[in-house]
Amino acid sequence: MANTYNLSHESLNSLFGALRKDGRRIMAPVEAGGRTELAEVETPAQVASDYLQTILSAKEVAFPKVERLLSYTIAPGQVDLKDTEPKAVPTVLFGVRPCEAKAFGALDAVFNWDYRDKFFNARIEQLAVIGLSCTKADEACFCTSVGGGPADATGSDILLTPKEGGYLAEVCTEKGAAILNLAPDLFKPGNGVDKAAITAKVEQAFDQPALTTKLPGIFESEVWTDQALRCIGCGACAFVCPTCVCFDIQEEADPKKGERLRCWDSCGFHLFTLHASGHNPREVQGARWRQRVYHKFSYYPERYDMLGCVGCGKCTRACPVDMNLKEHLIEAAGVKA
Amino acid sequence: MEAVNQRAKELLEKGEIKAVLGYAKGTGHVRRPHFARKAGQVDQLVLDAACLQNLAVYVTKHEVKKLGKVAVIALPATQRAILQLMAERQLRDGELVILAVDGEAVKELDSAAALEEHLALKAQGLDAKDKALLAELDAMSREQRWVYWQNELSRCMKCYACRNSCPMCYCGTCTMDCNRPQWVPVASHGIGNLEYHAVRTMHLAGRCVECGECGRACPVGIPVHLLTFAAEESIHEQFGQRAGAKAKLDYALSTFKTDDKESFIR
Repeated sequence: MANTYNLSHESLNSLFGALRKDGRRIMAPVEAGGRTELAEVETPAQVASDYLQTILSAKEVAFPKVERLLSYTIAPGQVDLKDTEPKAVPTVLFGVRPCEAKAFGALDAVFNWDYRDKFFNARIEQLAVIGLSCTKADEACFCTSVGGGPADATGSDILLTPKEGGYLAEVCTEKGAAILNLAPDLFKPGNGVDKAAITAKVEQAFDQPALTTKLPGIFESEVWTDQALRCIGCGACAFVCPTCVCFDIQEEADPKKGERLRCWDSCGFHLFTLHASGHNPREVQGARWRQRVYHKFSYYPERYDMLGCVGCGKCTRACPVDMNLKEHLIEAAGVKA
Repeated sequence: MEAVNQRAKELLEKGEIKAVLGYAKGTGHVRRPHFARKAGQVDQLVLDAACLQNLAVYVTKHEVKKLGKVAVIALPATQRAILQLMAERQLRDGELVILAVDGEAVKELDSAAALEEHLALKAQGLDAKDKALLAELDAMSREQRWVYWQNELSRCMKCYACRNSCPMCYCGTCTMDCNRPQWVPVASHGIGNLEYHAVRTMHLAGRCVECGECGRACPVGIPVHLLTFAAEESIHEQFGQRAGAKAKLDYALSTFKTDDKESFIR
């Protein structure tokens, strides 16, 4: 149960100072050449004032696009192998939307499934999330169809909801309480604010539990081929996605030394999970597109008891050919099983 | 639009084609590529100033070829790309119905020769904004340009939206994806990004139809089209050629002529 406070704009300014004094890096959405990007900031004034979302997701903070796992040198008769130790900087992610805050749970499910990934975990341990409720949404958003909402506190250590003069601050976790304890005077006793009246209205677009139940039965449906006809097979959707976790291991080596790198991968690519035998389990774009939908809405619920999608709409906004995920899910939900 | 939709509907009804590739309304004000596969779906097609995508990217895809013969509603950039694909022998005469749109008029073309004749009547030019950006880059010192591109390319994550949206990037497996041997670093780090964009630029020099699709496709707003535009303009300046203008391939970077004006190569 969250403890609720009021945090004024001035207090937020002081809080940034207290966080930095505590040795924490603050990452927040900033305006950069007409785009909204995540970057390090020192004061709330540097944070973008009016944004829907960043283009890229915040997953980079814990799961960077390229990560060195190990390195080695080779000399005659000798191989020196060096494990890479994760470098984790104490970080506060400020101003991410509730959908993205929630998405860390989907990453965690994979990185701590059958193996505890030390790189991801080292960064997550050092990470605190101060989420910011949405006061607007666009056509790509569908958080309320996947169990989230514009003011959902899941995944946020502290969730702020903008209101007159400042924010309603819900301190949701121990990490959130630790931030509060850095400057307890800044958090004033809060009163009951009707969050629903302040935050964005996002209509539920489809019945997700029904879709998840239906998916195994429509695997062979033409709908996937039809939807994928305009897909050009790039990785934009997966790379901007806050929950897409697939990676590829690449070796960069010469005869004397080498490095093993973990790089973002995408099921949209035609070489995705291509077997060494030459067999490709998903030879056509329709099968790759279906994999994307099933991974998020069928395999994730089956394996981890959660969804692999938070309805942020980043994929739809980033897609060069306007593959609108919400629209495609509505269509799939309407397919006769 | 009415004329082109009317013709598309006729072709579908007569069974001469299996699909019409055009544009439809998308999210917000966006227009998206759209395949109409039944006469009744043709009415979903729209054609206005918001239709930007180069549709030629689809005509070499096996998923699209599998549909059967397709009619393409082709704006000038799509026409140039189709002609270049024909010159590069990726498409045969008669393989597509090209509904070349010119204002209100629709011309039905189906061969490289017809496209060449049609395109010869049109002046190809960069738009003012891109011209200005290229001039800005040109005015920079090499060091400034280096810093500019280092900064821009630092955002690249190798999603390959630029490559995959390009009609001229039709290779079955791209060198960039090759890791045995690994010609170019696959990872999206500084050198990996730089090498990828340098290779892409060189591979498109003399083949880029200057549609700008790569730049529009980039989710993080890197103006990658300026790289291929600059290379294409340089080819034009030095060899007098333009990609997507001729039915017969005469590719500056792989053609040897005994009467070359440069003495070093003779």
